[in-house]
Amino acid sequence: MTKRTDTQQITGRRPENPGPKPDFTRGFMIIKKGIAANIGIAIGKTYLLKEDNILIEKLRLPKDKVKAEVKRFKEAIAKTKDELNAIREQVLDSLGKQHARLIDAHHMILQDPLITRDVTDMISNQCVNAEYALSEKIISAVKKFDRIEDDFFAERKNEILDVGKRITANLVNQEKTSIKDLKEHAIIVAHNIYPSDTLHMRRSNKVMAFCMDVGSKSSHTAIFAQNMGMPAVVGLGDISRMVKNGMTLIIDGEEGNVVLDPTPEMVEKYKKKREELHKQEHYLLKIKKLPNVTRDSKKVNIMVNLDPDDNFADFKTYNTDGIGLFRTEFLYLNRNNIPNEDEQVEVYKKLLENNKELPVIIRTADIGGDKASNMGIKEIKNEENPFMGFRGIRLFLKYPDLLKTQLKAILRVSPGTNVQIMIPMVTSLSELLSVKQILAEIKTELDRKGLEYKKDIPLGIMVEVPAAALILDHLLNEIDFVSIGTNDLVQYVLAVDRVNQYVSELYDPYHPAILRLINLIVQTAHKKGKKVSVCGEMAGDHLAGAVLLGLGVDALSVPLKSYLKTKQNVRNLSFERISGLAPRLLGVSNSEEIKEIILKELQ
Amino acid sequence: MIKKDLRILNKLGIHARPAGLIAKTCSRFVCEIKMIKDGYEINPKSIMGILTLAAGNGSVITVITDGKDEEEAMDSVEQLFNNKFEE
Repeated sequence: MTKRTDTQQITGRRPENPGPKPDFTRGFMIIKKGIAANIGIAIGKTYLLKEDNILIEKLRLPKDKVKAEVKRFKEAIAKTKDELNAIREQVLDSLGKQHARLIDAHHMILQDPLITRDVTDMISNQCVNAEYALSEKIISAVKKFDRIEDDFFAERKNEILDVGKRITANLVNQEKTSIKDLKEHAIIVAHNIYPSDTLHMRRSNKVMAFCMDVGSKSSHTAIFAQNMGMPAVVGLGDISRMVKNGMTLIIDGEEGNVVLDPTPEMVEKYKKKREELHKQEHYLLKIKKLPNVTRDSKKVNIMVNLDPDDNFADFKTYNTDGIGLFRTEFLYLNRNNIPNEDEQVEVYKKLLENNKELPVIIRTADIGGDKASNMGIKEIKNEENPFMGFRGIRLFLKYPDLLKTQLKAILRVSPGTNVQIMIPMVTSLSELLSVKQILAEIKTELDRKGLEYKKDIPLGIMVEVPAAALILDHLLNEIDFVSIGTNDLVQYVLAVDRVNQYVSELYDPYHPAILRLINLIVQTAHKKGKKVSVCGEMAGDHLAGAVLLGLGVDALSVPLKSYLKTKQNVRNLSFERISGLAPRLLGVSNSEEIKEIILKELQ
Repeated sequence: MIKKDLRILNKLGIHARPAGLIAKTCSRFVCEIKMIKDGYEINPKSIMGILTLAAGNGSVITVITDGKDEEEAMDSVEQLFNNKFEE
């Protein structure tokens, strides 16, 4: 198979006549790459959910027709209302009250003054047709969502579009194709999937998977897919224009690929992959309760980089060794003031309430200058290179109130917990000393107020700036632990921005320089009796994870979704053997050889 | 006039369902009601406005009720927030 690019035709079943423009409906396999929204593989027939592209024209109405036009609009509203009522009944019966509430919300949109009052006003005052007035009002309502940065909330505009489409369809008397008409098992393909569509998908047991043109990893449809355990690929660009009803599709929700009109060989390949995935899932659940040890019984701490979006209760069932990284940047997103102490206390309390004994490492926010200026701290001009700029502890020390508020909130929730504090982007000893000075001041203040806090909260730093790794012996006198943020460290050591398409190929976690630097960090820390964890992507990779453990790293911290996989990898390792490989790995001059050595060991 | 800061406690924040509940509840009262988040103000009797609040878990909304039934209105709104919008 040839190398795959974003959208590429791979192989033709009729190579004798490829033609300049392949007809997508006539036997050409195509693989399209999108964003993997939920893991799993589905092979089935396409059901294309047509976007109702109704062309809306602006029509001037004679004065005497205006009254009839308003009436026509009101009838469309009434008809839409009946439709929603019918859907609500069905949903209430099959899915329950929670889901029926979504329809209640759509009822509220239908009754909103913006629809009932503003649209009718526009029809009467400007003498225009109902379709046009409605679309203008919907467009202006949807524009208000533009200022929202968070994908999940920005997408709430789909609720309004959803209702708008319903009313429009009734105005022009168009039948809407719907998932509820689905007779056979199928894969849904659409430009966009609207909230009411997901309700139909929940009710139907015929939807195997879905894929669509728009959407991102955090969009509501991706969350929906994860809740339903349904394979899904989003952000495919133009898939809805490339498929036809009934076409065979493969959805690979692990890689984010969709195969259109696959060859029989491809179908076989994916059937095998699907089987393996099932086996894998089953196996991972079986090891959930087993301890985190290598094959030769060496304990390895496996922790989780917990995201605020993760299900905290679910996390509890994974029997982890703690939370190795709790990012707090989310507290600062989408707002123009600083999250206050009480607000932060609530968040940390919730995080800690079920995790009293386990270590929970909270990292102070690593936000950049753009966020700070949004919050009205100070006008900060666009930075040429924010990645090497005003972020992390650099920014927090310049605006110490930000740091104080966060540290105070953490201290206040600390009694009776094993909470730990971690500082990002530390470059020099003086930064660390300033942090400790501020921490001491806060403690004095809490003492004066008679507020309780844990006296010996461990303090650690992220090692991501190479300078910190090189002066670690000095830094270690002031801290209790270090965590290597490999994503940034690799970029800084290699001087490679991995989202820059011209150099991203040079991003290489196996570069001998990286191994040597990590080795230096581990050796320096262990000499002073301090532990080292790794919280970057390397920790969750089965090859890189083995290298890290071989170099003596004490703990791996991985996203919740890779936890069981990492556990499985660790349980298959022999600690004696991989640590025996370390001297050899450190002597090798290139990354290919490093990978080869470790791959051979793991086989 | 009554003014209170209320925190969003449900996991997903104010998405469609909570927004519908808020609009439904607020529409029952004659008093004027406002909700403000980070300086952005909306009329919660309109669900369209509520949806644009982009209020996630943990965020704080300032609620103002002003008029004849302001107390009952504030009580009902507060109860909704405290019950995590029945989620």
